[in-house]
This record gives sequence, structure tokens and C-alpha cells, in this order.
Amino acid sequence: MQRIGVFVCWCGSNIAGTVDVAAVADALKNEPGVVFSTDYQYMCSQAGQDLIVSSVKEYSLTGLVICSCSPRMHEVTFRKTAAAAGLNPYMVEIANIREQCSWVHKEMPIGTEKAIILGKAAVAKVNLNAPLTPGESPVTKRALVIGGGIAGIQTALDIADAGFPVDIVEKKPTIGGKMAQLDKTFPTLDCAACILTPKMVDVAQHENVRIFSYSEVTDVKGFIGNFDVTIKKNARYVNEDICTGCGDCVTKCPQKKVPNEFNLGMDNRSAIYIPFAQAVPKVATIDPAHCTMLKTGKCGVCSKVCKAKAIDYTQKDEYITEKYGAIVVATGFDPISMDKFDEFAYSQSPDVITSLEFERLTNAAGPTAGKLLRPSDGEHPQKIVFVQCVGSRCDSCSEKGKEYCSKICCMYTAKHAMLTRDKYPDTEVYVFYIDVRTPGKNFDEFYRRAVEEYGVHYIKGMVGKVTPEGKKLMVRASDLLDGKQLNIDADLVVLAAAIEPDKSARSLATMLTASMDTNDFFTEAHPKLRPVESPTAGVFLSGTCQGPKDIPETVSQAGAAAAKVIGLLAKDKLKGNPCVASSDELMCNGCSSCEKVCPYGAITYEDKEFRMPDRTTRIRRVASVNPAVCQGCGCCTVACPSGAMDLRGFMNEQIMAEVDAICK
Amino acid sequence: MKFSYFPGCTLKNKAKDLDRYALRCAEALGVTLEEIENWQCCGGVFTTAKDEIATKLSSVRILKAAKDKEQPLVTVCSACHNVVKQTNHAILTDKEFSDKVNRYMADDGRYDGSTEVYHYLEMLRDLVGFDALREKVKSPLSGKKIAAYYGCLLLRPGSVMKMDDPENPSIMEDMIRAIGAEPVIFANRNECCGGYVVMESPSLAEKKSGDIVRNAKVQGADMIVTACPLCRYNLMKNGADIPVIYFTELLAEALGVKEDTNE
Repeated sequence: MQRIGVFVCWCGSNIAGTVDVAAVADALKNEPGVVFSTDYQYMCSQAGQDLIVSSVKEYSLTGLVICSCSPRMHEVTFRKTAAAAGLNPYMVEIANIREQCSWVHKEMPIGTEKAIILGKAAVAKVNLNAPLTPGESPVTKRALVIGGGIAGIQTALDIADAGFPVDIVEKKPTIGGKMAQLDKTFPTLDCAACILTPKMVDVAQHENVRIFSYSEVTDVKGFIGNFDVTIKKNARYVNEDICTGCGDCVTKCPQKKVPNEFNLGMDNRSAIYIPFAQAVPKVATIDPAHCTMLKTGKCGVCSKVCKAKAIDYTQKDEYITEKYGAIVVATGFDPISMDKFDEFAYSQSPDVITSLEFERLTNAAGPTAGKLLRPSDGEHPQKIVFVQCVGSRCDSCSEKGKEYCSKICCMYTAKHAMLTRDKYPDTEVYVFYIDVRTPGKNFDEFYRRAVEEYGVHYIKGMVGKVTPEGKKLMVRASDLLDGKQLNIDADLVVLAAAIEPDKSARSLATMLTASMDTNDFFTEAHPKLRPVESPTAGVFLSGTCQGPKDIPETVSQAGAAAAKVIGLLAKDKLKGNPCVASSDELMCNGCSSCEKVCPYGAITYEDKEFRMPDRTTRIRRVASVNPAVCQGCGCCTVACPSGAMDLRGFMNEQIMAEVDAICK
Repeated sequence: MKFSYFPGCTLKNKAKDLDRYALRCAEALGVTLEEIENWQCCGGVFTTAKDEIATKLSSVRILKAAKDKEQPLVTVCSACHNVVKQTNHAILTDKEFSDKVNRYMADDGRYDGSTEVYHYLEMLRDLVGFDALREKVKSPLSGKKIAAYYGCLLLRPGSVMKMDDPENPSIMEDMIRAIGAEPVIFANRNECCGGYVVMESPSLAEKKSGDIVRNAKVQGADMIVTACPLCRYNLMKNGADIPVIYFTELLAEALGVKEDTNE
């Protein structure tokens, strides 16, 4: 029989305002097993905790019920108090009489009645609590970063600087990501390449970092501290170790009509290519879809001109398996397709471009060597219309775009408009917006400079239609502040396309059993308090895979994710959560129901020998839970048809006792 | 394939070619269109008479007639299609409207919104199939650059009409490709022609229609096809100097069932 102490917290007036705490303490005194019951102003304070510790000693308590705030808030606090008093921490139950009671009720009698019921349920449960001890598992001291953009690079550098080995897996032939494609960065206008490429070199030369470029993660097994990851190194038909990146093969390759993805198809590259001058690793890659040699077996020019003898047409995809203690997702974003937004005539005219394409048009290393020229005829545009929120902040009923704000567009559009007016003062620049959102350090000042110093015409209203006519783009728009319809004969229209998570993110989330929101952004463990951890232990989030972000925010988050990884890798052993599922092997019939519903892949089956009543042995297939992987969600306990599966700390009989206490 | 067919008033007067060629082409494609008996007007414009029940009832009677024969309903005029489809959608989604309608329908029997409504173009794409159409073409219209003009009623509201992407449609272009001609994409293909505004403000309709024709010509079209009698009227009246014909007539030409003279 337990000896239970009940401690009812006032939480100042938070609870005591709508719950008669003394009446609750008094009512719970007579519950089975309760030997002591009291109330106190702030149970979580030092004095409150001291009261608990001394009561445990005085009344020889074996279990505690704390009637207070949500267990999310202070369960850990009170478990520590119990441990300090010499009890097993899992002998504590919290009755949430604040968030689920005093805060949602207005009248004292109702609040009090409910608090008593919640308290009774907790008492009923503690009566059946048993001491639990967390297990331990070792930690592999190596981290995996998936994605080699600025987020992945920063995370990898910070982890590596702390002395832990890191591998970066990047699906493109080079690291650098979207930032490598940008021209200048807001609000300081420093050039993206000047601040990014030194970091790319740093990470490549770091003794603790390995880069798997042109590679993908194809399988993830295991759990926090002990992941087994399979990485597919795609055949690039060039031996990375001996290629010097001289570029002779690129110059001599006869197949030069391949759309250059780095410049978003605005110019062409050759079939063997180095994405850009500062690529890391700076080695050539053959595009098998366009290489004449790989397609027809006739050509071989690159092999002939390669002095290092690095070309290898027989190279095959290679699979590597590696162990990691932590995984950081940094898969980034892409602008959405403009297919559904043809009111802006993107598919009809080459002079309607996206903002990322505009970045390439103004980038000194871009297709026009930094000169702002119309893609159709190479002439300088005299009148440019920027359209914001293309696909962002869309009506939830429309199937066209995204409901969320893409966050970066207001600032980069202000940057584009300002730079255009700075470089080409004779150009008229219009920006159509729904709202201008500039909450960031020096952001609003930046936007106002575009308007006040550079004379960019900001017009509140949206563009309804773009009609290509001859050399002009007829833009029809509304000016909401003036209540007028505008018709502008523009030379160039730039669309601030919404951003969405990279397409590879969803399959990766499945492999990692990490959760995503409806927009395929990875979900954080807590939106405020655990923003860089995924709900899956050992998986961390960095950059825009978690939500739209600009560069400063991405870098901060990347550093934060690295700090969490370092904290994990610094441990030699991990304490698990003892509230995990376990199967009663004698009752298990091996049906696989639990395995199918387990979102974490924690359940496997094994054949075990059982001694039967007639003294024969029989081999039966039974479920086995890996306690290090199990997150204690309880899905399996519900799915199990034979009642063999149970969750420690939340046993079926404990839950039933709570229900009985509530319904009594 | 057998369908109930609703032509609509204009198709018996000003737009006889739209109707005539729709029927001939269907025959050539092995589709039977059974005209609903004793049909009435579709009820006119749905959105501008939202609260008016009498006009909606005529659409409901069309839908009910098709249901009684257990046939999907095929329409061809953009405006009629819009009204019939929106009415059907309202029956399914607006309980108050459905109850009200069915109180009037007491003598004819309840209607529950279960009739499937296809525009003729949807019938071609989804039931006949453009590949099957391609095989039936007798005289491919190769070399012709044809602009498909959708107007507004065929595609919008997109969530109800569900025919095609309202901003980037392709159904008529795909049909044009299937019969061997070259579609011309032009930005104004889904803009309003001016519609009934022509009665109140002819100059506004003139501007709207003029923009459409000019845009199609700038993009290199030598002919415009449409599914809407009012669109065709507005484009023609406002000085279209390239032919504006119904898509069914074009189809008839390709299928070799066109007559020498139009009505």
C-alpha cells in the first residue's frame, strides 16, 4: 500500500483565484492511500519544495501528487524534488489544475469540483505507480549534416570547431546552396559570394569535416546516439581525388547546349561541368543525361584532354554506411513553380522572371556578367515592375499558392529595387505589395531608403494581369490607396515567388520519422522553447527546412542546432526515458499490429524459445521494443489486440484507475 | 456513350452552329447526345441573381431530367454550363438552397445534386479522350495558328467549375493540338469580353474585346475559337478582323463533317 502525500499549489491567484485550494486539499485527504494533504502558495518555490521534502520524511511518503500547473511546466522540477527526498522520481504524478482547470473556468464551485476530480484521478494512478529506472545507451561521436547550404555549412563548422567529426551530404555537385546564387545580401549589401565562399573553403579544409557532394541519404536506421545511415554517392564519372578542377574538359566538351541550372536555365553549360568558379569541391561532374559518350559511346573528348586522367566513364553509384550520434537536417528551400500563376505570363514571356533569376541577372558571375539586360533581346529595361507575394499569403481556399508569408521577399525586393535605381538611375521601378514587412535589425531603415533616397515607386495593391504585347509587358494593377486602376507598359516584370521546402524533404522526413507540417516544413519539438530540435530525439533542424528564414536567422539557427548537437555528442552515455512500451511475451501472439503503427520503428520481432506447461519448448515470434528508440507515444498499446503491449508509467490499469476515479 | 444534352436558347437562335456541329461531331466520335425534352432556359446568369429562386429552378429541372434518365449531362454553351454547374454545386453544398428548391420541385420529385455535369470539352478530354479524337481526324488542320479564347464563365469560379486551371488553362489548346493545328497562347485568353456590359456601356465592352483580339493577333493567331455565344458576339461586333468561330465548328472541319455554308 502506498503512503501518498497531496500538495495543492495556489500558484498565487492563478489557481487560488478560481479553485478553493484548501477545499481540494481537504477533499483529497480521504482518498485511498493518502496520508497527508496540504496546500501552499507556490509549490515550485524553494520553500514549497522544502515542504515536500520534509513531509516525505515526516510521513514516510512513498508517492506524491502535486496539484499544480501542466506537467510540461514543472513535472521535471517535482521529479527532482522527489529524488532529493529519496523517492524514485517516477513516483510523482501531476494533476493539472491550472491550464486545464482554473484558467478555463470562471466560477469557484465548478473549478473546485473539477480540481478535486483531477486530484482523485492522480491519486488513483499513483497508487499503482512503480519505481522506474531509465536505461543507458552509448553515443557515436560523429554528426551528419544533410544539406550543404549556408545552414549546413555553419552547423558543420560549429560542430567541427568543438572537436567532433562531421559529414555533410549535399545532393548537388557543390556545396553553397541558394546563397551561392545570390548577388548582394540585405540590409548591408555585402556580396553573398564574398561572405559565403570563404566559409565554403573553411569547411572543406577543416580536419573534422568530410563532404559528400553529389550524394544523397537513402536510408536511416537506429536512434539518438546510434544512427546507421546509408549515403548514396552518385557517379559523377570523374575521380574526385585526382581531378584538379582545371576546367580543360569543360572548355573542350562539344556538348554545350545543356540548360545551366546554376543560372536557372538563362544560359547553357557543357555536359561535363563545374557549377561555378568557387565550387567546393572544385571538381568536374558529367551530366549523364546529356553526355554523348555515356549516351552513345562515341566522343571521349574530356577523357583525352584531362591531364590528370580523372575521367572514368565506368564509375558506378557507390553506397556508404556510417554511424552517427546526431543528424542535422538543413535541406533548405526552393521557389515555387509559377505554373499556376500565369496571370503574370511567366510561361509566355522570357521577360517575366522570378526574383532568383533577377539575382543571377545582376550577379557579376551570372549570364549577363552582372549587366541588367532583358532575357528576350538583351536590351536594358527602362521600366521594371516588381510583384510581391506571388504565391505567398494565399487564400486558404485557393489551391494555388501557400498560406504563409515567405518572409524574405519584402527585403530582397527592396534590395533589388534599390540596386537597380543605384546602378541605372534612368530606370523607373515599381513595387506592388500587399504589406511591406520589415521586422529585423536595420530592415525598415533599409526599405525606407529604397523609397525615400532611391525613389522606388511603392504601390499598395496587386497586379491582376500581365499581357505580353510586342516588346512590352502590359501590367494591369490596382492602386488601393488611390482607388485607381493602373496600366504600366513595363520592360521587365519580376515575381517574388513564394518559397517552399526542398522536394527531397518529405522522403527524408519519412526516413528520419521526423514530423512535418502541412506545408512540408519540419516541425520543431516546441515552437518557442525547443526551436532547433525535431520531436524525434537526435534529429535537429537548421535553416529554411523548418520555416522561411533570411540569412542572419539561418546562421543563428545553424549555430543553435550545432550547440545542441555538441551537447549531445559531449555525453558518453545517454539516459533514456523509462516511460516506454514493453511487451508481455507470454501474451504476445506476434501479429505485427504494434510494429505497423509504431512511428519510430522501435518495434522488431524475434523468435524466442518458450517452455510450455508440458515441458516441451516451442519457438514463438514475439514483439520486442527497443527502449532507446521508443518515445512512449502509446500507439502500440492501443493497437495490440491481445493486451500484451503496455506503456511503463502509463500502464493500462493505471489509466483505467484514473478513469474510474473520474467517473466515480 | 450516351448522354443527356442541353443546348440552351441561344444555340437555337444566334448560335446554331455551336449546337449543330456539337451534335455532328459527337456522332462522328460515336457519342450519342440525347437532347432533353421540353427543356427551358438555363436560367441566365447565376452570380448576378444569386437570391432569385425561379431562374435556378429551370437549371434544376434540366439536371433532374438527366438524372431521371440516369445519364450524365453534357452542355456546350459556356454561360449555360456555368449556370447549370453552379446550381448543381449549390444543391450539394448549400442545404438551405437545396431545401428551398425541393419544396418547389414537389410535383417533379426531389433532386439531390447527383447528376454529373460535363462541358462538351470535358467530355472530349475525359470521356472520349484527345488521343481517340486524334485518330478520328479526317483532315488535320496543320499549319493553322489558332487562339483559344476561354472568357470567364468556362473556368471560373475554379473551385466549382473544376474544368481547368483558371489562370493557365490547356483544355482547348490540347484539343487544337489533337486536331493537328497549332495553339497560340495569349495572356488575355481568360479575360472578360465585356459580357452583358455591352448593353450598358458599349465602349467598355469594345475596349475589353478589342484588347483580346489585339493580344491574340500580336501573338500570331490567325483565328480565334470560343465556346461562348456572347463572347463571340462581343469579339465580332468590336471589329475582330480575324475569324472568330465556335470550337465545335473547328472540330467539325477536322472530323470532316462541316457543311459548306454556315447558318
